[in-house]
Amino acid sequence: MTLLSQSLSETHRQCDTLFAAMENAVTQQKWGDASSVFNEFRQATEDHFQAEENILFPAFEKATGMTQGPTRLMRREHQQMRDALSRMAGAIATRDADASLGCADTLLMLMQQHNLKEEQMLYRMMDEVLESEADALLARIKTMAV
Amino acid sequence: MMPATLSYEQAPPFPVPLRFFLTAPLFMLLAALLLVVEGPEIMLSRHLPATLAATHLLTLGFTTMVMCGALLQMLPVVAGAPVAAPRLIAWMVYPLLVLGALAVAFSFLSEIVTLMYAGALLTAIALCIFLIATGHALLRSPSRSPSVPAMGYALLALSVTVALGITLVIARYHGLAVPYPALATLHPLWGLVGWTLVLIIGVAYQVVPMFQLTSAYPSAMTSRLTGILFLLLVLRSGFEFLSPTIRDGLSFLVSATLAAGVFWFGAVTLQLQHRRKRKLNDPALMFWRSGLFLLLAAAMLGAGFPLLPPEYRDTASFVLGILTLPGFILALINGMLYKIVPFLAWFHLQANFPGKGIVPNVRQMLPETMTRGQMRLYLAALTTLLLAVGLPHLARPAGILWALNAFWLAWNLLRVARIYKHTVQLATTRL
Repeated sequence: MTLLSQSLSETHRQCDTLFAAMENAVTQQKWGDASSVFNEFRQATEDHFQAEENILFPAFEKATGMTQGPTRLMRREHQQMRDALSRMAGAIATRDADASLGCADTLLMLMQQHNLKEEQMLYRMMDEVLESEADALLARIKTMAV
Repeated sequence: MMPATLSYEQAPPFPVPLRFFLTAPLFMLLAALLLVVEGPEIMLSRHLPATLAATHLLTLGFTTMVMCGALLQMLPVVAGAPVAAPRLIAWMVYPLLVLGALAVAFSFLSEIVTLMYAGALLTAIALCIFLIATGHALLRSPSRSPSVPAMGYALLALSVTVALGITLVIARYHGLAVPYPALATLHPLWGLVGWTLVLIIGVAYQVVPMFQLTSAYPSAMTSRLTGILFLLLVLRSGFEFLSPTIRDGLSFLVSATLAAGVFWFGAVTLQLQHRRKRKLNDPALMFWRSGLFLLLAAAMLGAGFPLLPPEYRDTASFVLGILTLPGFILALINGMLYKIVPFLAWFHLQANFPGKGIVPNVRQMLPETMTRGQMRLYLAALTTLLLAVGLPHLARPAGILWALNAFWLAWNLLRVARIYKHTVQLATTRL
């Protein structure tokens, strides 16, 4: 049996790795690499958001009856990150190093404080209330990603 | 309405932590001006009135000021434990702490007993309100992050520091029958190691991996280091009251272990940062790395301290103080301010005015050229201060550099606050 918190935290680390690769490419002004790694990073992040918003959060809300609680805040922060990602896409498309690094700095902070809240609290709550469904939920996420 | 079971809330309003962050550099400026006025005299001993005044301007007015603001901000994020009524708490703690720190510092200079009592009382009330508010929040924290117990130990150590400080005041002016030198040794130890360093370690567990994308701290460290440091402080305090021969031997052992623990934290953090995924070398990171090297130096000096011939110990303890407070602690806090203040400004603007496209990113709020320049000035000021221990005529130039450094830091943070205010106005007029 896999823990939801473990699998979801691993996804955060994978996104972190892609973020770092993207930022390093921007720093070296390798725009081709920056653009392709950015697209990969954006896709991985979006897949993760969708897995949470469409599969995990509804399951958590159903199990706890908390629809206005932590999941609402997390959905709102997902939207903030989507906005930040669009600005980042614009900055990379125009090959503006200052704007790209500025957006990247902002996005990283936003992402990290969000991950912290999820990993320290929400995921642990999920491990408890969704224990019996964890494997089934993770399987659904896998099929969604394909 | 949010349900009562909600385990984390949005961050407190930006003005709550901001007033603490903007005020802190002004206290650094006062300490620097004191160094300019007093000159080489201040470097003779750490027990001189002017030195004590400068130290308390930095510990209460800068360090504790920033840490109070930062904890009110961070508790919801790190511990899932928002402080109830953060606006009210900040509204009470902030003015009391400002007045308390000023009164304590100036009472050392003026030797006005009433001022000292007033300062101690104001500071104690401010910190008690803060301790109750944050302690209450921490106790309800659902988080299992190692930062939570670290924050708990830090708050306990803060209460010990305050209690020791009050006792010292009464002993000094009322001849209370207490071992004054022992308490005078323990008060800074609890304040610098127990309150400040333990809190920094607890926060580092979260922010070092976050900011630089490093691996996590080893669990062997996160599960026990802050608890061990706290226990060592308790032991060290108990030993002060034993007979001198037993005390010296045991205290040496405890101090060496304490130094080893501190060194462990510094070395592991430097290694994590060295292997970070993010290759960017921003000023915040350089502040951290400089501070950590100073911490390693302080730990080695602290461990070797009892082995030094007695005639060098005064100088060594002065150098140890500089490496720790204006060195390690100020460097780390300065670096953190540059990460936290622009991000909070951005975060609140973005949350309040989403999709308007007028919110500048963090680098537009605070360009790297400004922070990099201040970092170099800080390093120059610190180096000059260290040199002034051996070359007293450098004390005043060091004071001038510190004053410029404090001014530049204040200027940079004010720039962010001004852009924040301007963007709020712009967004509201466009509504």
